[in-house]
Amino acid sequence: MSTASVQLPGWINYGVIPLINLVLAFFFSGLVVWAIGENPFEALQLLLVGALGRGEGIGFTLFYTTSFIFTGLSVAVAIHAGLFNIGSEGQAYLGGLGAALVALSLDRYVPWYVTMPFAVIGSALFGAACAAIPAWLQAKRGSHIVITTIMFNFITSSLMNYLLVHLLIVPGKMAPETRTFLPGGQLPKLDWLIALFGGKLGAAPLNFSFLIALVMCFLIWVLVWRTKLGYEMRTLGVSPSVAVYAGIPYARIVMIAMLISGGLAGMMALNPVMGASGRLQIEFVGGAGFVGIAVSLMGRNHPAGIVLSALLFGILYQGGAELSFDMPSITRDMIVVIQGLVILFAGALEYMLRPAIVRLYQQVGGGR
Amino acid sequence: MGLGSAIEPAIELVGIDKKFGAVHANKNINLTVAKGSIHGIIGENGAGKSTLMSILYGFYQADQGEIRVSGRPVAIRDSQAAIAAGIGMVHQHFMLVENFTVLENVMLGAEGGQLLAKGTSSVRKELKRLESDYGMEVDPDAVVEELPVGTQQRVEILKALYRGAEILILDEPTGVLTPPEADHLFKVLRVLRDQGKTIILITHKLREIMAITDTVSVMRRGEMVATRKTAETTVEELAELMVGRRVLLRVEKGDAAPGEVLMSVRHLTVKDSRGVVMVDDVSFDVRAGEIVGIAGVAGNGQSELLEAIAGIRKPTSGEIWIDGKPVAGFDPRRLRDLGLAHIPEDRHHMGLVLKFEENENAILGYHRDRRFGRGPMLDLDAVRKEAEEKIAKYDIRPPNARLRTANFSGGNQQKIVVAREIERDPKMLLIGQPTRGVDIGAIEFIHKRIIDMRDAGKAVLLVSVELDEVRSLSDRILVMFAGKMVGEKPGDASEQTLGLMMAGIAA
Ligand SMILES: Nc1ncnc2c1ncn2[C@@H]1O[C@H](COP(=O)(O)OP(=O)(O)OP(=O)(O)O)[C@@H](O)[C@H]1O
Ligand SMILES: [Mg+2]
Repeated sequence: MSTASVQLPGWINYGVIPLINLVLAFFFSGLVVWAIGENPFEALQLLLVGALGRGEGIGFTLFYTTSFIFTGLSVAVAIHAGLFNIGSEGQAYLGGLGAALVALSLDRYVPWYVTMPFAVIGSALFGAACAAIPAWLQAKRGSHIVITTIMFNFITSSLMNYLLVHLLIVPGKMAPETRTFLPGGQLPKLDWLIALFGGKLGAAPLNFSFLIALVMCFLIWVLVWRTKLGYEMRTLGVSPSVAVYAGIPYARIVMIAMLISGGLAGMMALNPVMGASGRLQIEFVGGAGFVGIAVSLMGRNHPAGIVLSALLFGILYQGGAELSFDMPSITRDMIVVIQGLVILFAGALEYMLRPAIVRLYQQVGGGR
Repeated sequence: MGLGSAIEPAIELVGIDKKFGAVHANKNINLTVAKGSIHGIIGENGAGKSTLMSILYGFYQADQGEIRVSGRPVAIRDSQAAIAAGIGMVHQHFMLVENFTVLENVMLGAEGGQLLAKGTSSVRKELKRLESDYGMEVDPDAVVEELPVGTQQRVEILKALYRGAEILILDEPTGVLTPPEADHLFKVLRVLRDQGKTIILITHKLREIMAITDTVSVMRRGEMVATRKTAETTVEELAELMVGRRVLLRVEKGDAAPGEVLMSVRHLTVKDSRGVVMVDDVSFDVRAGEIVGIAGVAGNGQSELLEAIAGIRKPTSGEIWIDGKPVAGFDPRRLRDLGLAHIPEDRHHMGLVLKFEENENAILGYHRDRRFGRGPMLDLDAVRKEAEEKIAKYDIRPPNARLRTANFSGGNQQKIVVAREIERDPKMLLIGQPTRGVDIGAIEFIHKRIIDMRDAGKAVLLVSVELDEVRSLSDRILVMFAGKMVGEKPGDASEQTLGLMMAGIAA
C-alpha cells in the first residue's frame, strides 16, 4: 500500500525520476564548484565538452563506459537473484589474468579474432572462479555473500600483486606488468565507429570490447526476462519462501547467478588489458568494480538502464579528467566528490522523491 | 437509508470516487457510519472495500469526494492524518515488528521523547489501563513472533487504541483466526462499541455479519448498493445483494466412490526449525476419488503435515507414498512431476510473488513445462495465453494478465493460486485454506471445482481452519491435536463431536 506500491508508467519511472535525480546531483555539484570560487556553468561546459566534444573525448568516454557496463551487468545479475555481489572488483582483476594468459599464449600464432573468443572465455572463467567460493559458501553454508565477496577482493588483490611482481613480470624490468601482447593478442580500436560520426579516435583506447559489452547486455536481458533460469532467479530474488514452494533449487540458482556475475566482471578485463594497454598491469581495474554497483543501482538493474548509467559515469570520468586539467582548482578529489553526489542522488536516494512524484502524478489525474 | 436522522455520525463518506488506471474501484460512494456502532461492509472480491478503507485511512487519495469525521470535513493525506483524526486500522497482514516485544510494538512511532525509559513506563501504564478497560490481556513483554495470531491481532488493536483511535477499521480480521480466537475478538469488539467506539468491519463471512454488526453495507463492482439494519435482513438477502444472483450457501455433492490409495503417510514425524515436534507419528491414506479433510485448531501440526507432504519441509522420520512411490525427501518440483498439486495456506508467503505480473504467477512451479517454452527459453506468449484462459475461467478481476499481482484484491489473488493448481489437472491435490479471503460466490465456485476433482478420481487432502468448510467438503475427517491424529469421523460428523476432539477432550 501507500505510495510505494503505486504503479507508475514506465516513462515516469525510468525517465522522469532519474532525470530529476540527475539534475539535483548536478545542482549540488554546481554549488560545490561555486563554493570553491569557480563558475559552475563554465565547469559543466568544460566537463561536457571534454567528454563529448571531440572524437577523442568520446572515445575515452566510451572506453570507460565499456568497463562500467561489464561491472554493472555483473552486479545486476546477482541482484536479480537476491545476491549483493560486492566482489566485482576482485573478479575483474582475476579475469585479467585469464585474458592475459590467453593473449600471451596465442598472440604469436593467430590473429586477434581467433584469440578474442578464447580471451572472452578465459576472462569469464577466471572471474567466475573468483566468485565461486563465496557463492558456494553462501549456497551451502549460509555465509553472507557481501562479507565473503569483500574478503575476496583483498585475496585476489594480494594474489595478483604476487603473481605480477614475482612471476609475470618481464625479467629485468621494473614495472610489475607482463610483456606487451603482439597484435594477435590485442583487441582492435574502433576508429571506424567514431569515424561514422565524423570524428577522430586519436589516442583514445575505445576498442572492440565495447561491442562485446553491448552483446552481453542483450544476452543478459534475454537471460533474466526470457528464460526459465531467469524466472527462477527473479523468484528467488524476490521471495526465497516462494522459491522453495515452487521447487526452485536454492543452492543451484545461487551458484549459477554468482558464476555468471563473476564471469561478467571478469570480462571487464578485456577492455583495459587487451583493448587499451595491451598488457596486464597492476591494479588495472581501478575501482570500476565498485562503480558497477552504482551503475547497476542507477540503471535499475536493467541492461538498457545500465548502458545509460554506464555512459553517464563514463562522461563523468572522462569529462572530470578534462575538467581538472582545465580548472586546476578542481582537483581529482573534487571530481570524486561530484561522482559521489551523482551516486547519492541517482542511486541511493532513488526513493526520496518518489512519494512526492507519485502524489503529483495522482493529482494531475494520471490515475485515470 | 431509513436509519432516522437522530443518529450521530462518526464517519461520513460523500461521493468518494477512485480509479486505478482502467479499474474504477470506487464509484461515487456515500456511506454514513453511526457513532458507537459496529458497521459491516461486505462485497465480492474486488468490489472495492479495501480501497475505500485505504482512502479513509490515508493510504490512497480519493479522486473525488469528501470525508467527514464527527461532522467535520477532514483531509486525510496520510495515515498520520488518519490517526490524528482518531481513525485506527488493523490490517489483514499485521504490521508488527516480529522480534520486538508487545510493548515496543505499541510504542513504535509514538515513543514520546528522546529517552526510552520515560516512554516505556508510561506506555506500560496505559497498556494496563486499556487491558482492564477492554478486557484484552496481553503480556507486554512477550516477543510478538512467539504469540499466536489472535494475540498478535490484539496487539494491533491495542496499538490503534493507544494512539487514541475512536474509530477502528478491521479488514477481514477473522481470516487468519481460529474460531475461539474469532469469538474472543468479537467479545473485545462488543466491549469497544459499548464504550462508545465506532467499528467498521470488513468480512466475507455472513455469519459474522449477522452475529456482531448493527448495520451492514453491501458493495458491488465499486458501488455501494445497499445498507441494511442487520436485525432486519437475512443471510440470503445479503448474499443476493452481493453477488446479484441467488447463491448456494451449501455444498452439493454426491457420494464418493473411493478407488485405489494414491497418497499414503506412515509414521510421519516432522519437527519445526526449533526442533519442536509438530507432527507426531501420523499415518493415514487418501484414496482416488475422495476428499479427506483434516480438522484441528490452527497450530496443531496441520500446516507442517501439509508442507512435509508437499516437499517443502523435510520430515524427521516416516514414509510418504505417492501413487505407489516412496517420496519422502523429494523436492516440490519432483512431486509436481508425479502429479501432486499444492494450494498453500499462505498465498503471500508461498503461493505468489506479489511483485510479478499476474501471468508470471500463473505458471509458478510449472514454469519448467515444455508448454511454456522449449529448452531454456520462456515463451511469454504461451504464458500470457495460459494466464488469460484461467482469468476467464475463474472470473479473476480485473481481467488483466499484465497487472502486478499485488494490485489484485485479496480474493482474486487466491483465485490465481487456485486456478493454477487445479487447472493442472493433477492426480493428487493438497489444499490449505482454499477460500481464505474469498467471497461467497467464488467460494461456491472453488468448492464446486474441488468436488469436480474428486469426482474425476483425484485424491484430495484438505486442511482448513473453517470447520464448516471441512465438514461440507470432506468425505472423511481426520482430527489433529497436538501433532497427533486423534481420530477419524465421517464427513457428516457433528460440529460438537469434532469440536471436542479438536480440543483434545474426546477421541
Ligand atoms: N494499487 C492498485 N493498482 C491497480 N488496481 C488496484 C490497486 N488496488 C486495488 N486495485 C483494484 O481495485 C479493485 C478493488 O480492489 P479492493 O482491494 O478494494 O477489493 P476488495 O473489495 O477489498 O476485495 P477482496 O474482498 O478480494 O479483498 C480491484 O479490481 C483491484 O484489482
Ligand atoms: Mg480487500
